[in-house]
Amino acid sequence: MLESALVVELLKLLAAGMLLVSFAMLATRRIQRLISLFAWQGAILFLSTLLVAHDAGLTELYFSAALTLALKVVALPLILHKLVRRLDAQQDSERLVHIPATMLAGLVLVILAFGLAQPISQLATTILRHTIGVALAVILLSFLMMITRRKAVSQVIGFLAMENGLFFAATSATYGMPMVIELGIALDLLVAVYILGIFFFQIREQFDSLDLHHMESLKEE
Amino acid sequence: MEILLLLGLPLAGCVALAFFGARRYAPELNAATSLATLAAAVLLTVRVTRYGPLTAGGEQFYVDSFNIFLVALTAFVGFTTAVFSRPYMRAEQRHRKLSARRLRLYHSMYQLFMGAMLMALTTNNLGLLWVAMEAATLSTVLLVSLYKTRASLEAAWKYFILCGVGIAQALFGTILLYFAAARTLGHEGMSALLWTHLYAVRAELEPRVVALAFVFLLVGYGTKVGLAPLHNWLPDAHSEAPAPVSAVLSGLLLNVGLYAVMRAKTLAAASIGSVLPGRALMAFGLISALLGALFLWRQRDIKRLFGYSSIEHMGIITFAFGLGGPVANFAALLHMTVHSLTKSSVFFTAGHAAQTAGTQQMDEIRGLVRISPALGWGLLLGSLAILGMPPFGLFTSEFLILTTAMRADPWATPLLLLVLAIAFAGIFSKVQPMAFGESAAPRLPHSSAVIPVYLHLALVLTLGLYIPPALAACYHAAAQLIG
Repeated sequence: MLESALVVELLKLLAAGMLLVSFAMLATRRIQRLISLFAWQGAILFLSTLLVAHDAGLTELYFSAALTLALKVVALPLILHKLVRRLDAQQDSERLVHIPATMLAGLVLVILAFGLAQPISQLATTILRHTIGVALAVILLSFLMMITRRKAVSQVIGFLAMENGLFFAATSATYGMPMVIELGIALDLLVAVYILGIFFFQIREQFDSLDLHHMESLKEE
Repeated sequence: MEILLLLGLPLAGCVALAFFGARRYAPELNAATSLATLAAAVLLTVRVTRYGPLTAGGEQFYVDSFNIFLVALTAFVGFTTAVFSRPYMRAEQRHRKLSARRLRLYHSMYQLFMGAMLMALTTNNLGLLWVAMEAATLSTVLLVSLYKTRASLEAAWKYFILCGVGIAQALFGTILLYFAAARTLGHEGMSALLWTHLYAVRAELEPRVVALAFVFLLVGYGTKVGLAPLHNWLPDAHSEAPAPVSAVLSGLLLNVGLYAVMRAKTLAAASIGSVLPGRALMAFGLISALLGALFLWRQRDIKRLFGYSSIEHMGIITFAFGLGGPVANFAALLHMTVHSLTKSSVFFTAGHAAQTAGTQQMDEIRGLVRISPALGWGLLLGSLAILGMPPFGLFTSEFLILTTAMRADPWATPLLLLVLAIAFAGIFSKVQPMAFGESAAPRLPHSSAVIPVYLHLALVLTLGLYIPPALAACYHAAAQLIG
């Protein structure tokens, strides 16, 4: 019992860390730091999944945790770092729209997320039920990050961070999705990053930059 | 067995074409694979119409009257598009200097896209449905940017990001639905994700969670349907992709997205026990139809024009599903079928016309009827069909939707009529000069690329005059199921 209480506290701590990382991502200008933060987010996700797996004694969740570790902490950040290096974009920093305003918008989103998650948290029976709000907040914050960014690479990191939030939500609410589905999702994610890698090079070849504000020709006049 | 063939053939084709996609015979191989897939779909259709709904593969696959006609339609349009793509892509290869690698990518991804859509349609597992939808998006991203021009890269990026975000919402919705179902069905195995099991306990699902899940699923899969205000990717992707890809995106992918929405709605309506999901569909549908019709006026690019027309039609179908009841659902299902056939034929002719004129700008496409009679009349007839002129099939479905709306929700009827009128004026005023205008271009030899166009239009005409009893029975059963 005591151990379980400790686990709950630890999980809450990790959830808080996850939220913190999401906010840090919103405010980071340097692309390389953004990738590191994404890896940290993956690491937190891995640790919390591991803790839940231990507490609930579910083998499936151990696999899910291993998948997170392999894909989100090791593989994806490595691929992204390599991509950035090959694109010569290490030193790139981007101008962000008014950081304090973005932060405030983020706060509003967090409150909204907790409000939305209320009915689910009440019904859930998992050890993580109090953190469903955090998971939803991470999803919405990543969404906000995608809106405020102009660089292709950062938009993709936002997309991947959103996926992290979704996995966290699945673990929190129902101890994860069935294994086959998680594998399918992971495969889709990997293919997505691969395709985007090809894409980055094509975009740079055509526009001489990964800045997306060049891409505003297709709209209604 | 049939399902194994149905899904295995496109996948095998995808792998084979990844190796041989640039050979001389690749377009034929592509069409042959699609023909074999169509044969498998026909076998499956025969079996389902004879013996009723079936589950297969340890309940992972489920085929009933709602998805069987979509499977047949998808396989059929997939085949005719492959036939059209054969001469079209050969000409593109010459005009636009497509490299062998690009062509290989095109053929391989075309089959993967078909396989992913058929998977999404036949699976019983809502998680697999999500995975297949995402695979369908990913396989088409590179097809949209096939020409590697600035505009096409921009369109593909928009398509990827918007649909990626949308589909992430759908995943959250799926997780919530799983959560709601696991409370009644338990975590054991995958039964809490299987649609048939969910449908069996639909009344016992926790309404508040299901309502929230439905909102996320509607927004998520709705992005794929091109429902306003999440439609921004659609006109761009349709105008920049090669014509065969525009045809299958518009004719098939939008249907598959709507299919996913309707599976979710069927569960949600029963669980929540209110008209709320239906009302949400009506609102989304009406806004999309209005917006699509209004934007038709401002278009200069021929494929963009018909992209907006797709938004308008998807809006009308969504509205009809929102009305609900046997007649409106029947009309919506019929409209899905005839819109898919007509719109893909219109994209065939639009792509072909743009190819002969060397531009997609409508101001510069003139006198098609004189330059190439088969092409010009094809475009004109296709446009009339898409505008709902009798005796084409779209007239029947739109008429049914209008009369049902008049009885159930009279306030919506004037809006719908307005949409149809605006769309008519918008499209006809642009197509008429393209077909009959003055042009100094020389006459072109007859092209075999227009055969699928007339095949589709003949089917749409037939469906406008006579719906075979087997198909009508299928629609009725599906309409009953959707409720």
